[in-house]
Amino acid sequence: MKLELKGITKRFPGVVANDSIDLAVGEGEIHALLGENGAGKTTLMNVLYGLYHADEGEILIDDEPVRFASPADAIAAGIGMVHQHFMLVPVFTVAENAVLGIEPTRRAGLLDRARARSEVRQLSRRFGLLVDPDAMVEDLPVGVQQRVEIIKALLREARLLILDEPTAVLTPQETEDLFSIMRSLQKSGHSVLFITHKLKEVLPVADRITVLRNGRVVGSTVPDETSEQELASMMVGRSVLLRVPKEAASPGETVLEVDGLSVLDDRGHLAVDDLSLRVRAGEIVALAGVQGNGQTELVEALTGLVPPLAGSVTLAGRRLEHASPRSVLRSGVAHVPEDRIKDGLVASFSVAENLVLNTYDTAPFARGPVMDPDAVHSSATERAREFDIRAPSVDVEVSTLSGGNQQKVIIARELSRPIRLLIASQPTRGLDVGSIEYVHRRIVEARDQGDAVLIVSSELDEVMALADRILVMFRGRIVGERPGGADRDEIGLLMAGAQGEVAS
Amino acid sequence: MTEPAVKAPEVSEPTPPPGRSFASRFLEELTSPSPVLVTVLAIFTALVVGAVLIVFSDENVLSTWGYFFAAPGDALSASWNAITAAYGALLSGAVGSGSALSETIVAATPLMLAGLGVALGFRAGLFNIGAQGQLIAGGMVAGFVGFAIHGLPVFVHLPLALAAGFLGGAAWGFIPGILKATTGAHEVITTIMLNYVAINLSLYLLASSTFRRPGRIDPISKIVAVPSRLPHLAGQGYRLHAGIIVALLAAVAVAWLLGRSTWGFELRAAGANPAAALTAGIDIRRATVMAMVLSGALAGLAGAGQVLGVQFSLAPGFSGQLGFDAITVALLGRANPFGVVLAALLFGALRAGGLNMQASTSTPIDIVAVIQSLIVIFVAAPALVRAIYRIRGARRADTGAPVSKGWGG
Repeated sequence: MKLELKGITKRFPGVVANDSIDLAVGEGEIHALLGENGAGKTTLMNVLYGLYHADEGEILIDDEPVRFASPADAIAAGIGMVHQHFMLVPVFTVAENAVLGIEPTRRAGLLDRARARSEVRQLSRRFGLLVDPDAMVEDLPVGVQQRVEIIKALLREARLLILDEPTAVLTPQETEDLFSIMRSLQKSGHSVLFITHKLKEVLPVADRITVLRNGRVVGSTVPDETSEQELASMMVGRSVLLRVPKEAASPGETVLEVDGLSVLDDRGHLAVDDLSLRVRAGEIVALAGVQGNGQTELVEALTGLVPPLAGSVTLAGRRLEHASPRSVLRSGVAHVPEDRIKDGLVASFSVAENLVLNTYDTAPFARGPVMDPDAVHSSATERAREFDIRAPSVDVEVSTLSGGNQQKVIIARELSRPIRLLIASQPTRGLDVGSIEYVHRRIVEARDQGDAVLIVSSELDEVMALADRILVMFRGRIVGERPGGADRDEIGLLMAGAQGEVAS
Repeated sequence: MTEPAVKAPEVSEPTPPPGRSFASRFLEELTSPSPVLVTVLAIFTALVVGAVLIVFSDENVLSTWGYFFAAPGDALSASWNAITAAYGALLSGAVGSGSALSETIVAATPLMLAGLGVALGFRAGLFNIGAQGQLIAGGMVAGFVGFAIHGLPVFVHLPLALAAGFLGGAAWGFIPGILKATTGAHEVITTIMLNYVAINLSLYLLASSTFRRPGRIDPISKIVAVPSRLPHLAGQGYRLHAGIIVALLAAVAVAWLLGRSTWGFELRAAGANPAAALTAGIDIRRATVMAMVLSGALAGLAGAGQVLGVQFSLAPGFSGQLGFDAITVALLGRANPFGVVLAALLFGALRAGGLNMQASTSTPIDIVAVIQSLIVIFVAAPALVRAIYRIRGARRADTGAPVSKGWGG
């Protein structure tokens, strides 16, 4: 099917989220919609899917103008959407989820499970989805759950699939699998509209790329005629460094020593298994690994949030394995948590309050139990300037900031105290290109000032861009150590579980 | 410093972050900015509904509606008269005279203190449903100190009795606090259960020889000594007592604690996002226990004020429904100390005025309870009030709802 958007404008009070956007997706085309967070991609897709109504402009399907009052209309017109957050019932099987709402029935309204299963199996075979119709959704990895969403759309006879940031939750391997699924959809004449802010992904898979910035289309191109660098500049509106320049590391004394550390996860399973590592002053050690291989639990143990089962953690000669989170922080550990919304910020607090979330009771912010709001405020204003936090004022709720600026608040807070070690988990997850550049630069600066830096990341790009030394974590253990400039594919293989000896 | 005008991520990505607890979402809604208009409209709407009920509760007026089509003027004027008479009596009973004002403040005082306690709990993310039990505990201990000790001067005995009430409530709040911090037992369950314990324990104690007034066989306590009583503020002719000063000072103290102290910062952080507070090194268990202790202490002070300022002895049911009304006061006051003061004054006025309304018109005081409850329902459902008056939602109302639907298909 052929889709055309003409002059779509969508205004919200005080903002124009989409400003006369033109977009055309041909039959069997994979069209990438690229833009930073807040560029208006999601709004545009919600207009297309009938969730919002455009203030101006029209939608044409196969040259016929259409109006969608609700997603039901969009689905009926052959548009399918795979949301960033899946809409699945975890305790239902794949087949049950797939037919939910359009259940095939037998006489007397009985659910025809056999037919549901066979339809799912057929689709799965036809597009190489490799999904077992009888599997319980909650038992499936994220990548497979996403394919269930695709099956749901295909069962409703979607001919144009909208994938909203589909790779945000996927491992590198799952991303590859998704791309081959997109190609097989393309072969059967389906069109795919693929929304992303990740540059690397659009070039190999897209037939056509449209870039949005500040609610406008700033350009449309094909992969052969562009480069990552050019796309990045289009997205951000200025030239950006995809890779922050850094000198070779000059590591000093060992700051962090972890020996034989074992940590249980919250279900009581061994998540970190007899792990040892060292981080020296002035070096960036990247802990690479696919999400869920014990990194989260390792960081929780290092920061005092969870007591380890066994082993020791030593920071500059001081034992910390049984220290409270506060004494870990106060002994010079900066912590940029993996989930910034949940663990890093108090959403309803102001920017200023979030900037003192772990120093609120120390000078100059408090004398005894009495806080000094003026000191909090003036320090926050200074931090906002120093760390380029874009906010109308430091008194606004931090939840009103963009993801990149929220992360800047956390980084400003953590780097503005005397520290010896910076632990940053997934420091650029979900951030746009401009913010990634900024965060990476700050991390390298911290290293150059002589801090020890431990980065936990499941993004290979990030690991490759930052690391002076790479440790690969798999199933709770370090399975390989490589120098910073190591072969990208080799690290990828190690992350996927290939043994260190075999891979090297 | 400013963002480009078109950039608005919070609008284009309306999906709420997953995994947030009900408590923190509730707290955010409760303390969200610009609720004043919604609150005022909620009160207005409740009064309108109350007016309808006044009409329905008056048989004479109802009978005029029976021949509405023959003489609509009769029905309308009779209804209007009934409503204005009832609300007029309500208003004059609340603020119409010196004694009306005195009664309003006397009724507002315990609601203010206990409401501050509940509000403090809300700010720490705790649903303290146990104000009633804490109030009883505080009243019992304060009363005991009031009648068991004799011969102390007023400047010793009164502070001692008030402190006893404070500590009694604090102890009753400590139990659910420590249970939550150490075992994770939910405070809603434990505080409700402790209400029953307090009610029945107080009945048992009142029947015991320690408390029972000599010469009486019904469970009523000895009378508190004069030096332990809260002094009258406007002479013996009015019931107005110094408890209101205690309550206002408490409001200032709570506001200072929440807004200006490190302890309040910890408490608010623990309430708004416990995970982030923990990650930032805040001891959220201690914050939980402290918040419950202080919450209970304020309710205990409310109980002490009733015993030492109004009733001067303890009898079954001396607490009325104050501990439960305090929850509604805290909600209406949006968990803000000064909001609680205003809400308590409003409820005090409704209470004092309602008694006058019942006495001088045929309208039952139950209408007041209905109005109070409706106010809270409308405040608790701001979307409803916004819908009635077609106010644009602060930010979510327009964009948030449809996105959660998914496959409408």
